[in-house]
Amino acid sequence: MARMKFLCDAERCIECNSCVTACKNEHEVPWGINRRRVVTLNDGKPGERSLSVACMHCSDAPCMAVCPVDCFYQTADGIVLHDKDLCIGCGYCFFACPFGAPQFPQAGNFGSRGKMDKCTFCAGGPEDDHSAEEFKKYGRNRIAEGKLPICAEMCSTKALLAGDGNIVSNIYRERVVGRGFGSGAWGWSRAYTSDGLN
Amino acid sequence: MDLQKLIAAMFLFALMVMPLAPLQAQSVRPPANAVNQGINEQIGDEQIGTSNTLGTNSRSDYWRDLRQGRDGLATSGQTGSKLIQAQGEQWRNIRKLYIIKYSGWVLATVIVMIALFYLIRGRILLKAGRSGKTITRFSLPHRTAHWFMASIFILLSISGLILLLGRTVLVPVIGKSTYSIFASAAMQGHNLFGPLFIVALVWLIFMFIRGNFFKMVDLKWILKGGGLLGPHASAGHYNFGEKGWFWLVVVAGLIMAISGMILEFPWLAENLQLLQISIIVHAIGAIALISAALGHIYIGTLGMEGALDSMTTGDVDVVWAKEHHDLWYEEVTGQKVANPEAEGDQSAPDRAQVSVQSQITET
Repeated sequence: MARMKFLCDAERCIECNSCVTACKNEHEVPWGINRRRVVTLNDGKPGERSLSVACMHCSDAPCMAVCPVDCFYQTADGIVLHDKDLCIGCGYCFFACPFGAPQFPQAGNFGSRGKMDKCTFCAGGPEDDHSAEEFKKYGRNRIAEGKLPICAEMCSTKALLAGDGNIVSNIYRERVVGRGFGSGAWGWSRAYTSDGLN
Repeated sequence: MDLQKLIAAMFLFALMVMPLAPLQAQSVRPPANAVNQGINEQIGDEQIGTSNTLGTNSRSDYWRDLRQGRDGLATSGQTGSKLIQAQGEQWRNIRKLYIIKYSGWVLATVIVMIALFYLIRGRILLKAGRSGKTITRFSLPHRTAHWFMASIFILLSISGLILLLGRTVLVPVIGKSTYSIFASAAMQGHNLFGPLFIVALVWLIFMFIRGNFFKMVDLKWILKGGGLLGPHASAGHYNFGEKGWFWLVVVAGLIMAISGMILEFPWLAENLQLLQISIIVHAIGAIALISAALGHIYIGTLGMEGALDSMTTGDVDVVWAKEHHDLWYEEVTGQKVANPEAEGDQSAPDRAQVSVQSQITET
């Protein structure tokens, strides 16, 4: 089984935010929620870099560990998904997540955050594949269609890579060797521990 | 003459040089307000030099800074500019390995200890039996404040414990989907009634602070072990145990109120770390209060005969007053209470019949 991973190549990302837009459009993500975000470092200075970040689908996912209702589950591909029917909107996953992935539809007064929404690696949720329910709650299930996440698929500079972790890291390794610099697969050391899925 | 010329020449030279001095200083280094071009900007301990602009270094320190939570500039998304929030892992570990694990054990231990105490010591009975004469201990406003707090406290305790321990204790029994409904109700109820706890707390403090300050008699009470196992320990309106409970409620209650408000209205917190700390503090405070409350409930109901009257009708039996709060009885009635250890148990009811005070009512 492949272990699905994201990788953003900081030497290639041009901060165009197309991944964010494509994700919103593909999954018809509600107003105010972005499942992906782009962060720029050293903005306007030499050495400026940008990174696109969403749920990294961690091996030992902190959200899964802290959820009081145990609504998360990890697929055989290592994709971390959650059940919105179980989610109570407490926000603990957001407190634990290193990548700021969990998003909530409301501000949070009196605990009214609403049900958590996050990147699904375009793999839907617990409902039947391609069902209307699944699309409404989690967006499109591209993995079930044999496709990879839309954000990486349409990335114009191929900065954002998604797919089998081995293939992704081979592509990145070739790039690093080719250009002679820029190793440091951002976020990997935190997201992917040795779990047999790597 | 020569000397005068020399001095004049030196003076002229000094006049010429003086205006130059600041200029010279300026030319050595740029003024403090000069704009840094960012070429040598410090990131952590590493100096990212000009070479980095061309991308020829591996930037390992740069990535390490990111892992430790360095800020960037967010151009999209609601979760801000921090790429890696490193404290989340710590929060998770503290919560999982200590808070959830030990809170369950602490509560279980407290319950076992109370049960053991009941089995060994038994119910603390009135030695002289009920006299039928009562004395007013708590007025209606006192009792209302108490039960207002008690009902909110029990509601918040149960809902809070469902959220804290439910995944460990309830999910294996009732399953995830049923538990999710309970947890959702518990969270909404907890958040909705939480602010009422602050109202109840302030009211309780105002109603009960009088008489709850520590005095010398409390030291004697401690030395006698509160009379729980051995001889009677003298006490005023409140004994040391009650005073300690009151101040625990005040201090822990205020901590619960502050941390609770931060969690209730997350915009009060400047950063995520404050919310994480608040959850941990809130859980520790809750376990401390619930543990003490279990003891309080035990001694107020099953553990001691006659104690519950003070919070139901507000009137306690004079025998109870004399046996447990002798100094308070003396203060209210103006009568001396005979030391039960010295004079025996029978003396107490006789004394009560001596005179009928306004505070003592026949029932």
